Amino acid sequence: MENETALQFSRWLTELTLSFHIIYATLGVGVPLMIMIAQWVGIKKNDFHYTLLARRWTRGFVITVAVGVVTGTAIGLQLSLLWPNFMELAGNVIALPLFMETFAFFFEAIFLGIYLYTWDRFENPRKHLLLLVPVAIGSSFSAVFITMVNSFMNAPRGFDIANGELVNVNPLQAMVNPAMPTKVSHVVVTAFMTVAFVLAAIAAFRLLRGSDHVYHKKSLHMTLKIGLIFSIATAVIGDFSGKYLAEYQPEKLAAAEWHFETQELAPLQMYGILDGEEVKYSIKVPFALSMLAHGSPSAEVIGLDQFDEDVTPPLYIHYLFDFMVTIGMLLVLLSLIYWIGTARKWEFVHSSFFRWLIVLGGPLSILAIELGWWLAEVGRQPWILRGILRTSEAATTNQNVDLMLLLFAGLYFILGVGTIVVLARLFRNNPVEQELKDREAEKGGDEY
Amino acid sequence: MTLTLDLEIIGMVVLWTFLFGYIMVASIDFGAGFFHAFSLFSGTNHILANVIQRYLSPVWEVTNVFLVFFFVGVVGFFPKTAYYYGTTLLVPASFAIILLAIRGSYYAFQTYGAKEHKGYAFMYGLSGLLLPASLSIVLTISEGGFVSLVDGSPVLDYWALFTSPLTWSIVLLSIVASLYISAVFLTWYANKAKDYKAAAIMRKYALIWALPLIITAGGIIYELQFHNDVHYQRIFDLWWMFALSFLLFVVTVCLLWIRKNYGLALILLLGQFSLAFYAYGISHYPYLLYPHLTLYDSFTNQAMAISLIVAFLAGFSLLLPSLYLLLRLFLFNKDYVEGNRSS
Repeated sequence: MENETALQFSRWLTELTLSFHIIYATLGVGVPLMIMIAQWVGIKKNDFHYTLLARRWTRGFVITVAVGVVTGTAIGLQLSLLWPNFMELAGNVIALPLFMETFAFFFEAIFLGIYLYTWDRFENPRKHLLLLVPVAIGSSFSAVFITMVNSFMNAPRGFDIANGELVNVNPLQAMVNPAMPTKVSHVVVTAFMTVAFVLAAIAAFRLLRGSDHVYHKKSLHMTLKIGLIFSIATAVIGDFSGKYLAEYQPEKLAAAEWHFETQELAPLQMYGILDGEEVKYSIKVPFALSMLAHGSPSAEVIGLDQFDEDVTPPLYIHYLFDFMVTIGMLLVLLSLIYWIGTARKWEFVHSSFFRWLIVLGGPLSILAIELGWWLAEVGRQPWILRGILRTSEAATTNQNVDLMLLLFAGLYFILGVGTIVVLARLFRNNPVEQELKDREAEKGGDEY
Repeated sequence: MTLTLDLEIIGMVVLWTFLFGYIMVASIDFGAGFFHAFSLFSGTNHILANVIQRYLSPVWEVTNVFLVFFFVGVVGFFPKTAYYYGTTLLVPASFAIILLAIRGSYYAFQTYGAKEHKGYAFMYGLSGLLLPASLSIVLTISEGGFVSLVDGSPVLDYWALFTSPLTWSIVLLSIVASLYISAVFLTWYANKAKDYKAAAIMRKYALIWALPLIITAGGIIYELQFHNDVHYQRIFDLWWMFALSFLLFVVTVCLLWIRKNYGLALILLLGQFSLAFYAYGISHYPYLLYPHLTLYDSFTNQAMAISLIVAFLAGFSLLLPSLYLLLRLFLFNKDYVEGNRSS
């Protein structure tokens, strides 16, 4: 096929943009909630450390949100630039949540601007906190609307096709498709979870490197508690996602689980390698796949034998799935041990070893987000719109995609390095001890 | 049939209005970046740095959403545009994204982050000139003659595009217009901030760019007759709108000249550009891309159109008070503008 190269580069460029953007998008959804909680606790407990936590997170957040705006604009435009045939078709049915997302972001951007520049404008700090509510709502709803579009790609509903024409379009039905509930809740909750573990990792890192300030301990304690709640919620939603897949996208579940033959009492294959259709060296959990798919150990789970090969996704998604779930489980465990450990006063949870594990949890949780999106996207192949439009039919015919891929790779590299350098400099030049001291001096000055 | 006709027009008017909003706020942003970079190298340092800190930093993300709103809305209301423009605009739109990234990261890394880096400020200023140029390419392409269908797929003829005098007159106008709009706004803003030194410089810039603005605008109309006669004729049908726009321009320049009432000058400038912008839009009707695509054959289905309009009304009623609050705090708050309140 003539268009093969444009298609391949379009895939890569989309993958690159999405993989890069999702880091900032996840932070963008999760951080406002964390700032809100910290600021609220600060007001409630009348503890300046929490207020300072909110303030310092906000300073970092401003930088990541700015890069997120840029990469979000990129992915928004690239959908039309790289997949014009898809957008032409999908635009007719699923444009509504895309449109609503811009409003949600509009709302968020306006109030974020106001929130940032009004820290000391209010006598009553509660009023300032109130400004954060629309920011958090706006960012969460951005995620909700965009994920609705993605769930539509997995389970297209709300239209009929008659003689190659779209008829009976129902935009609301397209939004509220079968994939929507599990996908949306999974994306939003994992964003909260990831951000909690990233912030915990930062606090743990500060405690390991030179600072023993109680400020960081409070931060660690709070974020891991939040992390525990959301990682358990993620596991619960993951179970529902399995049931959704078994019902509506059985080929995706079967490929992710290396489930070749339709059978009852299906075991769950974990890890392993593939030799033809034979799974080797895997850990077999009896009945677990039947449980995951239908909530009953005896239920029948549809296998890959029920599908033509040209409508099933590549089988390597099994690893994406397994590593994602493994990281999720490890993080539940990590935060659970911390929680029990602090309650029971185990010295172990304050050891450097355990703190290094918490530091590791930050990048791991981001990796899990990446794995999850690769699983979601690769697992839907060969379709861009499941059952309706193949990815290969949707790509642009423009022959310059390779050049754009290089250009954007360079851009994301600079933005990524820039983010790290600027964030590091920002916090190194103004450590929390210094800021607390300045604050004391200022207060003293006010009194005299 | 009358209902669908109405929906198409409503959709386009909404989108055109947002594009106008974007062009106005973005021009202020683009021009300010250029003046700022220029001042760094010409030694009139720090005069503009303040204004950029105080006004542009809190609102640039909002500015950017206007653009996103426009292109998401276009694909929503007119899905076929995704096919025609999406395929042909890959390169120019990608460049625009990169330029937007330079601006966004400038705000993120420089103003929020740490000290000013001259090279970065230069890139930021330069991107302010290149962005209107690269975005305005879309308007040029929409005039037709640059996109042909090869095996049913639209292909952009770069050679024809870059050798066309029309392209370059539109590029010139877009740059000059953003410098002019920005200078007039900043004159008013600096004056309000009681920064009379900055106001004087900005007034000078505004007057400098006034004449080139009218020459380049006239130049486009002149070039258009050789390129797209249909559109050219339709522009003449709307001569009174352009005449009125010109009149408002003259009064704005006079007010700047006699150093009176910069607020009124700014309002008249808005009037001038909106008249010209809508007159251009109306004369372009019904084509979205000469001669391949019209408003009507690219329009979405009725159910989607109605839900988009309902969503728009709901969203807009949330947005308007929020925008008002934002402007009240950063644009109309005397203490903040004068710098008596810091962040």
